Amino acid sequence: MTVKLAMPKVWRKETKPHKFCPGCGHGLVLKALGEAIDALEIQNQAIFGCDIGCSLLAWDFFNVDTIQTHHGRTTPVVTGIKRARPDRIVIAYMGDGGGYAIGSQHLVNAAARNEKITVVLVNNCNYAMTGGQMAPTTLPGMKTETSPYGRDAETTGQPMQGPEMVAAIAREGSYVARGTIANSRQLKTYIQRALENQMQGNGFSFVEALSGCPTNWSTNARDTWAFVEQAMPKYFKVGELKAPPRKEE
Amino acid sequence: MPEKPITGEKRAFMTGNEVVAWACLAAQADIMYGYPITPQNEIMHYWTRLAPKYEKKFLQTEDEISAGFTTVGGVLAGARAFTGTGGPGNVLMQEAISMAEMMRIPTVMFIQQRGGPSTATVIYSQQEVTLTTYGGNGEGYRIVYSTASHQDLFDYTIKAFNAAWKYRFPTFILGDGYQAKMRESLMLYDPEARGITMVPAEPLVGLPGTPGVDRDPAHLRNTYNTEEELLALIKGYQAEYDRIAPELAEHEAYDCADAEVIILSHGVVSRSARIAGRELREKGMKVGYFRPITLRPFPDAAIRRAVAKAKKLLVVESSEGQFLKLCQQSLCGLPLPIETLLKPGMGITSEEIVAKLSAWRWG
Repeated sequence: MTVKLAMPKVWRKETKPHKFCPGCGHGLVLKALGEAIDALEIQNQAIFGCDIGCSLLAWDFFNVDTIQTHHGRTTPVVTGIKRARPDRIVIAYMGDGGGYAIGSQHLVNAAARNEKITVVLVNNCNYAMTGGQMAPTTLPGMKTETSPYGRDAETTGQPMQGPEMVAAIAREGSYVARGTIANSRQLKTYIQRALENQMQGNGFSFVEALSGCPTNWSTNARDTWAFVEQAMPKYFKVGELKAPPRKEE
Repeated sequence: MPEKPITGEKRAFMTGNEVVAWACLAAQADIMYGYPITPQNEIMHYWTRLAPKYEKKFLQTEDEISAGFTTVGGVLAGARAFTGTGGPGNVLMQEAISMAEMMRIPTVMFIQQRGGPSTATVIYSQQEVTLTTYGGNGEGYRIVYSTASHQDLFDYTIKAFNAAWKYRFPTFILGDGYQAKMRESLMLYDPEARGITMVPAEPLVGLPGTPGVDRDPAHLRNTYNTEEELLALIKGYQAEYDRIAPELAEHEAYDCADAEVIILSHGVVSRSARIAGRELREKGMKVGYFRPITLRPFPDAAIRRAVAKAKKLLVVESSEGQFLKLCQQSLCGLPLPIETLLKPGMGITSEEIVAKLSAWRWG
């Protein structure tokens, strides 16, 4: 008997197993995204942009036209694509450093302009590709390579509330949610709604996904899940923050 | 379909920035992405007034980083996209340009040079030569046209879109604040009426068909895992750039064959140099004039031919030697003394050049 793995149809099998570390949450986020693309049947319309950082490892992940960009610059690149080709469904995929630090001006202004794009941002509380430095999302007291004694909120601030910020500036018609890899079905639903929002031309759509980074957290499987399921939601509330009224299904 | 912006030929008297907007229309550009900075602003002002009449688009971005990267996105999507900037904006745009260079994305950018470094003046200079030709963390695989007149701005804008799409290197029109703001006459024309065909802007992503089913997906990356991979890629780019350089290189030369002294200049300064050269000829001095039109690739063969019999060179530019370095690199090994007239951030008149050369001992 062979076990058939439940891979989304849009995943490119030739590039699997993927390039992320064992236990990394990216695979789960990309699974949710793949399932959403499958459900909406937009494989031939979608254009996927990925950032610098671990997200760049997704450059050949999907059977979808893909552009891997610079750190923080995925938002303007897919904005440029969407403005030139409004018939395409564009997805900007990035980490918390890319979206909330180096590319935050792009995220803020794309939301303010109500760009008809979808941003999927992976929050794993650190800069992972570069070796585990403090990110805007690092939890207070959390040890990283640049906060080796724990993040001091007095001098380095509190964890960035990304979706809350986006929801505060986003216009009517935008969709903003925070999901988690601990609830894959919900995460898929959020991403699918975000993409639908773009397809319907309603406005900007943004989903943050809480995710795990066992490599840089130095956690085993149990502690990784405990961190994602228990520690992170204390600072990052999971749920939909902004959504246009939904038609009854 | 809207009517063509220009049919046949049309005499005009306008500012350089207005010329750029008309030239982009004539070149069938689809969309401009831009961020305000002097002295480039009026490119956007004219484009935003003209664009809706011809079903063209515009996006004002949050900064020049975004203007550069949205332009990259537009080009990837198959639009004939462009942006414009200058000074500190040119500095910020280098990031997107380096990605375009690496990924062979045919962006077109208009640089109206202003004084530098830093914010400096909003007026004029030729101090963005190094940045525009070799900026970024790479090897400078770019095409840079240094224009001298409004007719140049129009002609080379059309040429820039075609060069970008034919050769797939980021392409620049390097102007300056004087060219941007002054008015002069020129001939606008429909490229087709002159037998110029625009190279089609093909999409690099969002191609027809379902990726993985009807065709392979476009997986475009600028990141490489090993030194060897990158080396092979860059060596390939270099070989290609070397191969196309002779096709691309352009220059203008007068009276060089018997000249004892040759004035080297580029851009708007070359207009003064040319007048100075003519005046000195009339006084019996053997003066020649050489102007590279492309600063990347530099017209190496032509400049070496032009100076073959000269005894001395004079480099004139509105920077403290950025163009001089390009000349020195190109003329390396020739035993020719090079004198200079360098005025960073200042215009240079023909009288100054005449005075400089008249003070020399001739013969």
